[in-house]
Formats: sequence, structure tokens, C-alpha cells
Amino acid sequence: MKWDEFFVTGDPLIYGADVSIGLTVIGILFYLTYFKKWQWLWTEWLTTVDHKKLGIMYIASAVLMLFRGGVDALLMRVQLATPDSKFLDSQHYNEIFTTHGTIMIIFMAMPFLIGLINVVIPLQIGARDVAFPYLNAVSFWTFFIGAMLFNVSFVIGGSPSAGWTSYMPLAGNELSPGPGQNYYLLGLQIAGIGTLLTGINFLVTILKMRAPGMTLFRMPVFTWSALITMIIIVFAFPILTVALALMTFDRLFGAHFFTLQGAGMDMLWANLFWLWGHPEVYIVVLPAFGMFSEIISTFSRKTIFGYKAMIWAMIIIAGYSFMVWVHHFFTMGSGELVNSVFSITTMIIGIPTGIKIFNWLFTMYKGKISFTTPMLWSLGFIVNFVIGGVTGVMLAMAAADYQYHNTYFLVAHFHYVLIAGTVFACFAGLIFWFPKMFGYKLNERIGKWVFWVFNIGFNVCFIPQFILGLDGMPRRVYTYSAASGWGNLNMLSTVGGFLMGVAFLILVYNFYFSFRYSERENTGDSWGLGRTLEWSTTSAVPPHYNFAITPTVKSFDPLIQMKRDNVDLKPKIKDIKKIHMPDNSGVPFFMSAFFFIAGFGLVFEWFWMGIVGLIGVFITLIIRSFDPNEGYYVSEEEIKETERLTV
Amino acid sequence: MANPQDSLSREHGGIPWKHVIGYLLSIILTALALWVTFETGFSTRTILIIIFIFAFLQAALQLLMFMHMTESSEKKSKLTGQTQTGNILFAAFIAIVIVAGSVWVMSAGHAEHDHHKMDSKTHDMKMDGDMKMDHGDHK
Amino acid sequence: MAHAEVHDHNTPLEYQSETGRLNILGFWIFLGAEIALFSTLFATYLVLMFRTADGPTPHELFELKGVLIETFLLLTSSFTCGIAIHEMRRRNRKGLFTWMIITLALGAGFLGYEIYEFVTYVHEGAALGTSAFWSGFFVIVGTHGLHVTMGIAWITLILIQVARRGLTPQTSAKVFISSLYWHFLDVVWIFIFTAVYLTGMVLHNG
Repeated sequence: MKWDEFFVTGDPLIYGADVSIGLTVIGILFYLTYFKKWQWLWTEWLTTVDHKKLGIMYIASAVLMLFRGGVDALLMRVQLATPDSKFLDSQHYNEIFTTHGTIMIIFMAMPFLIGLINVVIPLQIGARDVAFPYLNAVSFWTFFIGAMLFNVSFVIGGSPSAGWTSYMPLAGNELSPGPGQNYYLLGLQIAGIGTLLTGINFLVTILKMRAPGMTLFRMPVFTWSALITMIIIVFAFPILTVALALMTFDRLFGAHFFTLQGAGMDMLWANLFWLWGHPEVYIVVLPAFGMFSEIISTFSRKTIFGYKAMIWAMIIIAGYSFMVWVHHFFTMGSGELVNSVFSITTMIIGIPTGIKIFNWLFTMYKGKISFTTPMLWSLGFIVNFVIGGVTGVMLAMAAADYQYHNTYFLVAHFHYVLIAGTVFACFAGLIFWFPKMFGYKLNERIGKWVFWVFNIGFNVCFIPQFILGLDGMPRRVYTYSAASGWGNLNMLSTVGGFLMGVAFLILVYNFYFSFRYSERENTGDSWGLGRTLEWSTTSAVPPHYNFAITPTVKSFDPLIQMKRDNVDLKPKIKDIKKIHMPDNSGVPFFMSAFFFIAGFGLVFEWFWMGIVGLIGVFITLIIRSFDPNEGYYVSEEEIKETERLTV
Repeated sequence: MANPQDSLSREHGGIPWKHVIGYLLSIILTALALWVTFETGFSTRTILIIIFIFAFLQAALQLLMFMHMTESSEKKSKLTGQTQTGNILFAAFIAIVIVAGSVWVMSAGHAEHDHHKMDSKTHDMKMDGDMKMDHGDHK
Repeated sequence: MAHAEVHDHNTPLEYQSETGRLNILGFWIFLGAEIALFSTLFATYLVLMFRTADGPTPHELFELKGVLIETFLLLTSSFTCGIAIHEMRRRNRKGLFTWMIITLALGAGFLGYEIYEFVTYVHEGAALGTSAFWSGFFVIVGTHGLHVTMGIAWITLILIQVARRGLTPQTSAKVFISSLYWHFLDVVWIFIFTAVYLTGMVLHNG
């Protein structure tokens, strides 16, 4: 292989990106060396097993990926703004819509939510950490390295271009030669390991590590939503693992699962992909529902309306989300019986979600509402998500779907679900729990600008796409003719897209502004309205052991109960006992490095390199197994000092 | 069985009867599945139903007799055992959805347009769509 | 977060530490994920059942005798593995080692037969790339075989740890978890025996 085949060449956009990536890396290396931060980076972050720090790392990576996926989206919108545009060629456009979809779902939405779950859930249930802190670090590093492997395709070897769904035979060797599609398969495979481990980890954490008195039906709604999400992850991700592995066998080892030769069945890929893909929709939307429930309840100063209905709705979704997958390919031709059955199951699954909308409305009813930015995002969610939901029911009707299928109507629908559901929740949750992570709030005034610019941009971007879809504009096309008459609405949509980009920049500015000027919090209850245990910590940012003394829960909304009973949250000196905590470990970091070597080798079909990487992974597993790793104790003196208790 | 103490006190004895019985029943079920498949001459459909029931029974034997699925790690609470059992039951439900769902969806409708059939017999079989496979004896 | 807890002498060692209890429950949940994984492979195999293209049909190649030997070896190994845990709960280290080593030997025998079976098929013209059916066959049976291989390596490593450190709450939890894994491999084999071999022979008969 020649160097000009190895690196992606010929496109000025990519040369520009090469230069900016190079400069950023040099800048970071210089900063770390000049300010002598290497030691700090290694001991405080790269080897940490603390759920709060891992959560912050997840969120930081997700914001980075939101930027990458967002730039992809804007490039697409520029190309589509005018008819017969020459801005991108068809191959480049295909690559960008593939990476946009994949990155936004797998490397932005999921890690953002998992990051918030990491930060909040152990605090919310009164635990010191997750059940398997070391495994948590492995989860983060495999996700991170999977994301990096996928992103490397952009400058080395070429990006995948078969769409985020990677339908066969398009994604096969004949129509997608080269390493691009292999990056998709291996990047997702490695990141998927991390997601599955997260699922197991948080299931056990929520089931076994709750503070005394917190029965299942006293758990906060967000904890419940995380629990249900983890159940779906545990049973859905193995399906993706297998589907990706089978396609990898097709591409690398000449198997015939989905190929046209050897009697393979290309439609089976779509079937397996959506068997995972539909539960995946609920994986990214249930935690969002959980967060909105917390935020709406907090800022309405009322306990959540219909708590048990909310929980049962989610439990039903856990099983039901596995029984609707065929609605993603009604037009494949499985016959009227199959389509009718899945049409009905799809319409039924709208009911539990509808129940929740009413729960949120009734929670606000007669509440004393504070219109903070997290609350604004939650209100924006309700309005916009209903549009996504109603158009979803339209699409659920198989016969009607034959008209909507593969048009911009569908594109607009799922952006209304995923942006209004997941992205709004990520912003709302990030702002809401920001003081828990960093000890200060994001500026509210700038935050309101972000909200309004983003919301207007979002609707200006996607409402025209509903109309374009009904007017017959197909999705996944890189250009269209002037005669189609779609130019004006597309231009409008592009303007909306750029407004969202502007909102993102204001958000980034808000990070900087608030870091410099925001008032530092003194108490754990930053908003003054906290209802759940994460707001009951003594300092704004909880110490690494979270709670000096494990709290006891007497009711739902435990902090409200404690406030009512005038409980002094400051621990008593006599109650302080040493605390057992897990050791930091560099092994997960090295394990992920070996995963990268293995993945990179397989992408280019350099099997020796793949084997070297996998041997490395096994060595790290063995090192871990033989390490007695019994953790250490935080001394009473250190706790007293941290809690500022004087003798 | 839900309490580890019970099972342990039972295991103080020398011969682990639970395991021996589980092993013998497994062998019997395997032999029965073979007999049903090759010696009975039932219709294909009946054979498949019976041998899959045997497979699920044998899996249950392993889970209950060998793997202590219902056993709880805590002394007072049965929650862990119930969680383990619920987990496996839900997994079985998902397994049935994945396998039966995929086979159904992938053989309905578009199978009529499928040119990869190995012979006309299987073609007929799939077109019927209801697993009508009563042809031939299987001796 | 292993606290030194006071335990009844009767509580099995593997449940005595908090870490052990969490790990065992976590592993059960992992087994749930494994069930979803193998189900997807079964679905694939069954969907591709008649797609043999120009290659041989399973009816021509499947040999009942070899499959029965494999089944018997793995089933017996699952039984001996159970006895090993029984011995561990009686705090009998020697018994644990004896029965576990028998288990591993039976597992190795199973693997040997499976490799022999694969080699035979390849010689008779059925390999991974022959047809969709054989892709499905080799990947599902091969994935199980890979699991058995990893199980043998893993249990060996754990036995080394037990030999070094003795039966502690930590090591016995590891032994118990690896035994769950081993039994689970037999559960999967029951379904491979039924869905891959018996069903393959029934549907391709005649």
C-alpha cells in the first residue's frame, strides 16, 4: 500500500482538517509539557475509576463528537442549500451522512447520556461508587478508543459511505471496497463492548448498592429510567455485536451471510440491524425521559405526578421495544400479515410514551414554576417531542409508510424525536447537574440565548423537511435539480441548521464565561430545590467517596423529607468511620490501546497486527485477574479534613 | 433452595444427589430427543416441537440443578435469586423473539421472490408460510 | 468495597465478600447478554438453513456419531464441574482440583472432536465461504468452540490462583463464576445439538 492510499488525499476540506487536527494536538502536548501537567493528567484522569470523573470524560468526549457530527451536518446542509450544488461530490456527501448518523447516535447521544448517568446515579442512590469501578473505566476507554478508531477513518484510509444503517449489499466488498466500512464495523464493535459492560455495571449498581431504606419504589425516576435502559442495553447490544461480526466475516474472510453470492441474504442484515436498532432508540430516549422528570419536578416544586404509572410505562417499554423492529423496513416486502402485526405493535408502543407526556403536564399543573434553563429545555422538549411522536404514529401505519418511506418526512420525524428527546435532555441534564460536576452553574442569561437560538434554528431546519418529504424529496440524495422546486425550502432548512451551529458556539462560550465569572457554590443543593440524594452532599462537588456517612432514606424524594424534618446534613464526628475505596488503575487505558492496535490492523486486513493487538488485550486481562486489587481505606482524619469537621 | 445455607447443609453429605439426578435426566432427555428425531416417524413439525421442548427442559435442569440459579447470596433476602431467575426468563423471552421473529419475518412475503431456493420442495414449504413440512418419514 | 463481615460458618465462601456477591450477580446478567448473543446466531443459522447454494447440504455431511460424542463429553464435563463446586463448598481443595481438572480434560476432548469435525467438513468441500448455510454453521459452532477454548484457559488461570492463595472468599467467587460459565456452555450446546444438528438433519432429510 502506498502512502497516498493510506492517507486520504486530494480534498482541500480534508487537508484543512489535517492541519487543524495537527495544530490542536501540538497545542495540547505543548500545554501539558509547559505547565507540567502530564503527571496530573495520568493520576487524576487517565487512571481514575471514580464514576464522577469518568462521567465528565464521557460528557467531554460526547461534546467533542457533537462538534464533529454537527460539522458533518452543516456540510450536508451547505451542499443541499442550492440545487445542483458542486460543493461536495456524491462520494464525499455519502461519507459525511454516514459519519454524521453513526457519530451522533453511537458516539454522541449514548456517551452523553451514559456520562450523565455515571455522574448522577451513584449519588442519587446514595452509593460511594458503582458496583464495578474498574469495569467502568474499561467501559469508558473502550468507548473512547472505538470512537477514535472510527474518526481516524476521516484522514487515514477513507470514511465509510454506506449510511449509518450500512445496508447490504451496498456495504459489501464489491460496492464499498477499501477500509472505510471496516472502520465502521470495528469502531462500533469495540465501543459496543464498553456499552455492554456499562449495562451490566449499572444494573448491579442500582439493584445492589442503594442506600438503606431506598426500596425500588422509592427510587428517583431518573434512576428507574437508567435501570430500564441498562436492561435494554444488556439484551440489545449482543445483537449488534453479532450483526457486526457477521458482516466483518463477509468482508474479511469471504463468508456469505449478507452477500449476493453464495446464497447469502442481504435482507437479514436489515433484520438484525433493526432488532438492535429499535431498542437502541429507547436506550437513547428513556434516560432523557428520566432527566426531564427530575427537572420538571424540581422546578415545579412538586413531586412527580403518577410516579407508578411512569415506572410501569418504562417497564413495559423494556420488553416491548424488542417487538416493533420491522417498522423500519415495512417496504422490504414481508407481506401484509407481518406488516400488519408490526404496525399494530408500533402504534401500541406509543401509549406508554403518551402517558408520560400527561404525567409531566400534570406535574407542572398548579406548580410554582421556576423558568430556569434546564426547565426551558424540558418545556421545549414537550412541545417538539409531541411533533416527533405524532409523525411517528403516522409512519407506523404500514400502508401510509409506503408513501413516507425514504423521504425527508422520515428524516424530519426522527430528528424531532432524537434532537427534541435526547439532545434537549443532554443540554438540560448537563446544565442541571453542572454544579455537581464543577462547583458552579453555567450562566443563565447566556443559557437562555442558547435555548432560544437553538430552538428556533431546530424548527426552521426541520419543519421545511416535513414539507419537502411530503413533496417527494428522497433522503440520502446528494443533490437535486432546480426543476424540482425544492430549492427555497432547502435553503431555509440550511439557515436553521446554521442557527443551531451558532447556538452550539454560544454554549461553548458559556463554558468559558462561566468558568471565569460564575459564582462558586457553597452548598450541595445548588438550585436550592433539590429533591434527591445527589443534592444532599455537604460540598457542591462531592468528595471522591461521595458521602461521609451513607444516608438513610425514609421516603420518595428523600431530600424533601430531610428538609421537612430539619435533618442536619453535616456529619457528626463520632459517626465518621474509615471508608473502603477502589484503587486507580492504568490497565484499562492500556487495554484500550491494544484494542486500537487490533482494530486498526483488522481495518486494513493486516492480520498480524490484529493478532498482536488481541494478544495485548488478553495480557491486560490476565494482569488484572492476577492482581489481588483489594482497594484501600480513606482514613478518618482525611474524611474529617475533607468535611471540614473540627474536633 | 433459595437459601445458600440450605443447599450447603445438604451438600455436607458425600454424594451430591442433585447433580447426579440432573446428569441422569440430561442423558435421558438427549436420548429421547434422538429417538423422537430418528425412530418415531412423526411429522417434521411435531418432531421439531418435541425436541425443542426437550432442549428447554434440559436447559432448565442445568440452570436449577447445576448452576444454583435461584440461590441468593444474602441470607435474609431472596431478591438476588429472584433477580437471577427473572434475568434468565427475560433472556429466554428475548431469545424466542429474536429467533422466531427473524425466521417468521425473513420467510414471509418476499420469500416468494427469492431465487436462492435449493429445490422446489423447500420453496413450497416456505411459500405456505405455516411450516407445513409433513413429507417423508425420517428413518 | 469488601467489608470484613461476620458470617455464619455455613455461608459458602464465594458469597462471603461483598465483591464476590456483586461479581456473581453481574456474571448472571452477563449470561443473559450471552443468551441474546447466541440467539442472534441461532436466528441467522435458521434463516439461512436452506441456502446451501452449490455447496454440500448438511444431510450429506453431518455425522451423528461425532456429534453424540461431543454432546456426551460436554454434558459430562458440566456434571463434573458441578461436583467440583460441591467439593469447594465442602472446603475440599483437593476435590475441587481433581474434579476441575477432569472437567478441563473433557472440555479439551470436546474441542479435539470439534476441530476434527471442522477439518473433515473442509476436506469434503464445506468451508466458511462455501455458502450462506455453511457460513452460519461454522460461525455458530465456532463461536461456541471459541467460548470453550476461553473457558479452559480462564479456569486454568483461576486454578493457578487458588493453588497460590488458597480458597479465600475472592478466589472461590472466581471459581464459582467460572463454573457458571462452564455450565452455560453446556446449555448453549444443548441448543446447538437441537437447532443446528437435529433440526438440520430433520429439515434436510428426504
